[in-house]
Amino acid sequence: MGEIDRIAEPWGTRAAYGPGEFWPVRVDVRLDDGVRPADVDEWVQSATILHSNGDGLDIAVKDGRIVGVRGRADDRVNHGRLGPKDLFGYQANNSADRLTTPLVRRDGELVETDWDTAMAAVAGRTRELLAERGPSSVGFYTTGQLFLEEYYTLALIARGGIGTNHLDGNTRLCTATAAAALKETFACDGQPGSYTDVDHADVIALYGHNMAETQTVLWTRILDRLAGPNPPKILCVDPRRTPVAAAATIHLAPKPGTNVALMNAILHEIIANEWVDRDYVDRHTIGYDELAKQVADCDPEWAAAICDVPPGDIRDAARLLGTAERLLSTVLQGFYQSHQATAAAVQVNNVNLLRGMLGRPGCGILQMNGQPTAENTRECGADGDLPGFRNWANEDQVADLAKVWNVDPTQIPHYSEPTHLMQMLRYVEDGSIRFLYVSGTNPAVSLPELARVRKLLSQERLFLVVQDIFLSETAELADVVLPAATWGEKTGTFTNADRTVHLSEKAVEPPGTARADLDIFLDYARRLELTDKDGEPLVKWTDAEGAFEAWKECSAGRPCDYSGLSYEKLRGGSGIQWPCNAEHPDGTERIYTNGEFWSEPSYCESYGKDLVTGAPLDPVEYEAMNPSGKAVLKAAEYLELHEPPTSEYPYLLTTGRTLYHFHTRTKTGRVRQLQNAAPEVWVEMSPYDAELQGWDEGDLLRISTSRGSVRARLRISGIRPATLFLPFHYGYWDAPDERSARAANELTATDWDPCSKQPLFKCAAARVERIGVGNAPSPAPTTTASKPVVAGVSPTRGGTDAVVLEHFPAKGDER
Amino acid sequence: MTNKVGLAIRELHRAENDLAAELLQVSSRHKSDHEIFYLGRDLARWSQNHVRELAKHGKNYEVDLDAEAHDEPSLLATVRQKGAELIGGLHDPSLLLLKDLREIHRKAAGVSLDWEVLAQTAQALKDTELLTLTKTCHPQTLRQLRWANASLKANAAQIMVTP
Repeated sequence: MGEIDRIAEPWGTRAAYGPGEFWPVRVDVRLDDGVRPADVDEWVQSATILHSNGDGLDIAVKDGRIVGVRGRADDRVNHGRLGPKDLFGYQANNSADRLTTPLVRRDGELVETDWDTAMAAVAGRTRELLAERGPSSVGFYTTGQLFLEEYYTLALIARGGIGTNHLDGNTRLCTATAAAALKETFACDGQPGSYTDVDHADVIALYGHNMAETQTVLWTRILDRLAGPNPPKILCVDPRRTPVAAAATIHLAPKPGTNVALMNAILHEIIANEWVDRDYVDRHTIGYDELAKQVADCDPEWAAAICDVPPGDIRDAARLLGTAERLLSTVLQGFYQSHQATAAAVQVNNVNLLRGMLGRPGCGILQMNGQPTAENTRECGADGDLPGFRNWANEDQVADLAKVWNVDPTQIPHYSEPTHLMQMLRYVEDGSIRFLYVSGTNPAVSLPELARVRKLLSQERLFLVVQDIFLSETAELADVVLPAATWGEKTGTFTNADRTVHLSEKAVEPPGTARADLDIFLDYARRLELTDKDGEPLVKWTDAEGAFEAWKECSAGRPCDYSGLSYEKLRGGSGIQWPCNAEHPDGTERIYTNGEFWSEPSYCESYGKDLVTGAPLDPVEYEAMNPSGKAVLKAAEYLELHEPPTSEYPYLLTTGRTLYHFHTRTKTGRVRQLQNAAPEVWVEMSPYDAELQGWDEGDLLRISTSRGSVRARLRISGIRPATLFLPFHYGYWDAPDERSARAANELTATDWDPCSKQPLFKCAAARVERIGVGNAPSPAPTTTASKPVVAGVSPTRGGTDAVVLEHFPAKGDER
Repeated sequence: MTNKVGLAIRELHRAENDLAAELLQVSSRHKSDHEIFYLGRDLARWSQNHVRELAKHGKNYEVDLDAEAHDEPSLLATVRQKGAELIGGLHDPSLLLLKDLREIHRKAAGVSLDWEVLAQTAQALKDTELLTLTKTCHPQTLRQLRWANASLKANAAQIMVTP
């Protein structure tokens, strides 16, 4: 057992292992100061909630209070490990400023009230609008951070009860492109790969995926492989010198917004060098000829001129991929939140398909998620999908859903794709949506072009409901604020990015009168008197387990089949991957084995879209194109940026995250170890640009786009030239100076990928000027992609405040 | 014998220019509908490229066409975009969006048929160069057409049903 500062050492101690070997167990434990393991009254099973990795953990409870966490040694995802956000983040539950009572706006001020008054106002306004303006005047915006049971209940209320098409999640900002890319290639959502592919791969390619910071435990698994015999080679595509880039065999740093050009050149090389598995392609895919034609002229020299990457590096990268024996590809926000998001992510799928590397150990695709329960938002239809990956354009599948819900099929809007968030905001703007119910997300900081978002959400004619655990920047604009319980205070299940389902049990009571999101939704449904077609209550469950049982019925026979799972089965276990049914009672590690897909026309979730225009294919077109349900090699042409740099705005601004924070810091900003590690916004610039301008580390800069300005201190980092980076976490609830803007999204544009409808946060034209000379380095972490290139910056440390115990079991004792 | 092929190229050159201008105008008029704004501009570029290519091929049939495609004058663009922002908070003007998408669809359908005529002609004349051009350009016209249809479908219900 060893002690370690896990702020200074985010990935902890190495436990090297070789290909095909078992990843050694390392159990990470963190308890409040002064609490010893023997003092803990009870350890309660759960999983991590501050990223998408889904690491199994136990919550330590003492005297009815959460006092720590411990990784679950037997969990298939983490083998006992936890990341810094999980090790310290639990403390946010105990914050003194949690919301404990409902609030309503009276004479312009939010004042405390009781639940009955608050819910009567919410349900009352809904009923008024339904009577006066119809269901299309009502919208719901949820999150990737509630539990499965809550999303499924909300989807039933909105789609089956109220009958509005306007329900989406903030997964639109984080994982919409993951889903869209899978739907384009495989005609259905569902993660092909498994985290265990890391144990077997000989090449791991990370595209716009700073895994070291977004999924620290999965990155730890890779670091342990890199420390062992026959380590995998790493390809990193990222404009910043991330920890992934530092560990990579090849690092490509393309100009933001040029991913499709880069990918097309890589595909060009793979085809030109005959690294294609023709047998796999012929038997299991369609579209090869169109793809080959599309990339025929996209040689590395062509791409080099667009991406500003040396052509030799593109050739080397293509050779690495083209000669890999077991290729694992992962993709995240560097592709998902950038120009031509879906088109670029689909080309990654194409690499694995061309190489026939899918559905075998080490051969996988991980189109990643950003949030802990984003997968459930997608499955349950609480985003722009119907529950159970049902196809909105397939009348039979809609009828099947209507049967499960005992409603008439016409009650479920399916005349067009469910409305995506950015379109919902447009309807809020033009006044056709007049009621917006926001749960578990903070659009007033996380959406692009914040001045516009604030204006829309502040409109008098809009009735805004915010359900959250803190008085967020969005809650401050609300008409009614509903205090929710969070992780550890309620029971439910959630599913990570590799389809692993975990049970999270209630460990403690929520503060004050705060209620589980599920209970609030159930109360709302009761007050609306929603009924099925027999006049019985529409929502037939009263607790989480009842919702889970109903979801099992809804998902049965669909790709995300939960019918073989139960709370009992998940209790005490190590997480189980769907599909889990009678045929696969222990779950399914990899899907798409043997080149079989869920893309058969009557079964598939999506008929696909035009990658440039977003126009959907109709059922007849799809059936003609893919009658026997193969994977689709879909080609895309490179398009120029919508907002290219100009002489007035010569830089490209990309926004992103840091290891120590999650989203808008509502939780992590209230945890001293995490907050101290990354206390304030910063801006990154390359040494080349800084020298050109004559600016130094720590200088105060003003960064502007045509939409606004923010101030931040300069960190001279390993980012590529002519590119700026701002972390998007910092809003205003704890801003030191209220008058100066610091949220990165003051600057971002209202523009989205036509296919996935994910907003583009990573390619805005910007300018920068110095407004003050610094007297100290910028407050950015030194352990991460924001590592300084100049000497003399004191390293990020947690000290005695951040000590974590690491326990390695004795040899032979670990399985 | 009259130069029918040259006339067909000239007519398509005009129609593509017209479609490009329509896409740009609609884009500007609906600046508050961001997808219409950006896609309208992306798809106008396809038509502008077609105009350039047609001018090049026109020479083979002795027609002299301007290779420079029509663009939206910046002053008009500014005026249209400002206007769009001014009425962005109102729902009723969104009916205009349906009308504009219908017009794009109508014009793109015309262009599509013109490409069809040209493709048939190229095959009969065994003009492989012209045939290749139609094979490159016509699919993009069909994508413009489908986009107009899909955008109309995605927006129609909210515009028509919600007061």
